[in-house]
Amino acid sequence: MIHICITSKSFDGQEILRNIRFDIAPGETIALLGPSGIGKSTLLRIVAGLDRKFVGQVIRPDAMSFIFQEPTLLPWRSALDNLCLVHSGVSKDLARQMLERVGLAGKASAFPTQLSLGQQRRLALARAFVVPCELLIMDEPFTSLDAAWVDELIALTRELIAETRPATLMVTHSRQEADVLADRLLELSGTPATITA
Amino acid sequence: MQDLSRLTPLVSIAGFFGLWMLAAAFSDDPQILPQPWLLLAPLRQELASGELLFHLGATLRRVLWAFCLAMAVGLALGLIMGRRPWLNRLLDPWLVIFLNLPALVLIVLCYLWIGLTETAAILAVTLNKIPNVTTVIREGARALDPQLAAMAQVYRMSWLLRLRHVILPQLAPFIAASARSGIAVIWKIVLVVEFLGRSSGVGFQIHLYFQLFDVAMILVYALSFICIMLLVEWLLLQPLERHSHRWRSP
Repeated sequence: MIHICITSKSFDGQEILRNIRFDIAPGETIALLGPSGIGKSTLLRIVAGLDRKFVGQVIRPDAMSFIFQEPTLLPWRSALDNLCLVHSGVSKDLARQMLERVGLAGKASAFPTQLSLGQQRRLALARAFVVPCELLIMDEPFTSLDAAWVDELIALTRELIAETRPATLMVTHSRQEADVLADRLLELSGTPATITA
Repeated sequence: MQDLSRLTPLVSIAGFFGLWMLAAAFSDDPQILPQPWLLLAPLRQELASGELLFHLGATLRRVLWAFCLAMAVGLALGLIMGRRPWLNRLLDPWLVIFLNLPALVLIVLCYLWIGLTETAAILAVTLNKIPNVTTVIREGARALDPQLAAMAQVYRMSWLLRLRHVILPQLAPFIAASARSGIAVIWKIVLVVEFLGRSSGVGFQIHLYFQLFDVAMILVYALSFICIMLLVEWLLLQPLERHSHRWRSP
């Protein structure tokens, strides 16, 4: 069980988040909705352990994956190396299988700069799922893609989540994406932001 | 058009020799500036006696030692100063002092404090170059992508993996810039160090032939080492740079 209890989070004396408490059960997917700039990404960074300057407590597992708003790949390493180097225990065979699984067969030696944005996002997805994770965090993982790519990628993400069943916390602006992927919706609103639904 | 652009450096070098020949003709005194072909005889003589290769080797060894030491220390210092603001505040005044300390002062002080030894010579050159490398690498460290750092943290990459695959590739253009300017500056300082306090190397030979007012020999030694540095540039630095930039090509 992932336990999130954020009493307060401030930037330069201004409180951004207050009294945010929720749990994520194994296999459960929660979508976090809310207007831009309300603090959704800050909340994700706190849950991931990237931001430790807050009042409260987050209980999270060590085995964690994060799909960032941008693909955030190593542009100077091949697609295969982006899996094997980031996860040092992953074999090249397993990495190749994962690349095939996300539709990047034959792209193992390509650099991320030689891939389209859609392919880069698939590679980021492969990186997140190539090793088992107990907590998956996704920060608007389908932005800047055209509709056809989004539908394909959502279907693929849904399949991979169903197979591996991590506790998943995602941020999205799209109600449709949230409805397709999430078991539960949480909405952030107000100043400082709290969970209102 | 591509063939023409490949020929451009050759045309430029030919222009350099043309200008040299014109100046030599204008001076009309081989004691002051000999024609380029007049260097061939002394060059053959120094090659045959083994003197040229011995002194080039001595200078090259000092250049390599000072280069490697300055790059290693400058890289480490630049990286931590760029990433740790408090450490930058602490060390920045030192950096400014060493940046503005004339090379000659450092060389003389090293010789006075340590003695006319190889260690003093290499240390003097290294200390002269470290501040420049540190300054360039610090800028690179400040520009590191925070998203990639977050990715490496979330996926629990080890410190060594982060350094090798996340940090150093981002610093590659800064390392290449400091290496290229570094090697050029270092060999010039090595010559001064040899001029002042060593009994071998191109600088020592230039000192010797300066006292004999032998411009031809001074040019033979200087141009021979420039040729070596051009080979290092073309055969080592440029291929390494192309290799590290291959991911940028579409």
